[in-house]
Amino acid sequence: MIEVKNLNKSFTDKHVLYDINATLLSGKNNLIIGASGCGKSVLLKCLVGLEKPQTGSILFDNRDILNMNPVELRVVRKEIGMLFQGTALFDSLTVEENIEFPLRFFSKMSPAERKDRVNFCLERVNLPNVNKKYPSEISGGMKKRVGIARAIALDIKYLFCDEPNSGLDPITSRVIDELINEITKEYQITNIVASHDMKTVFDIGDHILFMYKGKLWWEGNKEDFRHAVKEVEELKLFIDASYFE
Amino acid sequence: MNLSFFYHFGRYILFLKSMLTKPEKFEIFFKRLFDEMYKIGIGSLPIIAITSLFIGAVTTVQTAYQLVSGLISKTVIGTIVSDSTMLELGPTISCLVLSGKVGAHIASEIGNMRISEQIDALDVMGINASGYLAFPKIIAGMIMIPLLNIIAITLSIYGGYLAGEWSGILTHDEFITGARSTFKGFTLFFSTVKAFTFAFIITSVSSYHGYYTKGGALEVGESSTKAVVYSSVLVLFFDYILAELML
Repeated sequence: MIEVKNLNKSFTDKHVLYDINATLLSGKNNLIIGASGCGKSVLLKCLVGLEKPQTGSILFDNRDILNMNPVELRVVRKEIGMLFQGTALFDSLTVEENIEFPLRFFSKMSPAERKDRVNFCLERVNLPNVNKKYPSEISGGMKKRVGIARAIALDIKYLFCDEPNSGLDPITSRVIDELINEITKEYQITNIVASHDMKTVFDIGDHILFMYKGKLWWEGNKEDFRHAVKEVEELKLFIDASYFE
Repeated sequence: MNLSFFYHFGRYILFLKSMLTKPEKFEIFFKRLFDEMYKIGIGSLPIIAITSLFIGAVTTVQTAYQLVSGLISKTVIGTIVSDSTMLELGPTISCLVLSGKVGAHIASEIGNMRISEQIDALDVMGINASGYLAFPKIIAGMIMIPLLNIIAITLSIYGGYLAGEWSGILTHDEFITGARSTFKGFTLFFSTVKAFTFAFIITSVSSYHGYYTKGGALEVGESSTKAVVYSSVLVLFFDYILAELML
């Protein structure tokens, strides 16, 4: 479980996140939704430590990552996997080297064990026989799968997905959503997805956080969300706009 | 005075410091180091060889053109070619060429990794991105560029010798006698110190510009240009400083 308390973030003269308080549940798909520029990606970056907020605390199972020394932080980072919007695969490495990458740094596995783990991860994301290909040689959907395989190469507790469906066709988007959902339930990880795809919300969303102009405007489960879209004006506007996209 | 100089200088120092704060596994570092040594050293060999041969040849021909007095021995041409090559043309011209070739490559490679979130991916994994990406490049440069300098000096003198013989400006014996007459070990040492310093400047300044790229493809191009311009200017500046300090 991840708890966010009184989080504020600003860039020079622009305040981006206003006093965010949220709880992200373990074993669930926690979806952060909102229009472009509402602050969801910045919140995600604060959660994974890529941006440092001005005030507030972020507790990963009661461990405040903002008040940790580098050694303690490294322990938590090993438990984090992230799927980036553009996949962020290393261009100069093959698919199997990309997945093996975190294992080389953080595990004490032998080369044979690492190879087994890579093959297991590739099979888990339904992507066999691409081990020796480079990221430039595979499709966008396959890249996303490799990104997920790299994220789960270590035994992670937290998975962060930044716009996992961006740049994908509707069918591949559903496949990726389903894969993320399966992995979340199977490994009981805390999954946080930043998205503005309403299909994702209704398909896999367990816990939904709606952001509006840098504030956490609404938070609840999927059933409550169905009611809220009729009652909360900002949410209604966002949903209507989403269907026009 | 423009305050951005202090901002960039401070950030450059912090960037260098960050590379050393959390070293990665030696096995991974050495693999990266050898990859970079190959890319910088072997990858730059053709351009260094071509540049050096022609610079040596041109130095011989132009020196002969200026020696109009019959009172001066032709062996002086060999002396001038070998000394000027070791002192200036070898390290400085080679490193100016390398700041274009190696510097632009480093800045664009790291800059591309920045804009495609690959550096963010390293950060999220808890890997020291600057240490993983830039440190092996800097060490590889500091090993390979002085070696390239030795090759550049050798080929430059050889180029001068060939031009002298082919054009009939001076004989084999005259060139060799001149080249050996004033040879001092210190000159070669000074040349190596220069190459070593320039290597650090080229690789670290280019890595810095690539690492802090913001934006998209256009900004990667801008970072590469800045890397080449700043490292070239700094090479020339430290060329003068080292000459003042050591000669």
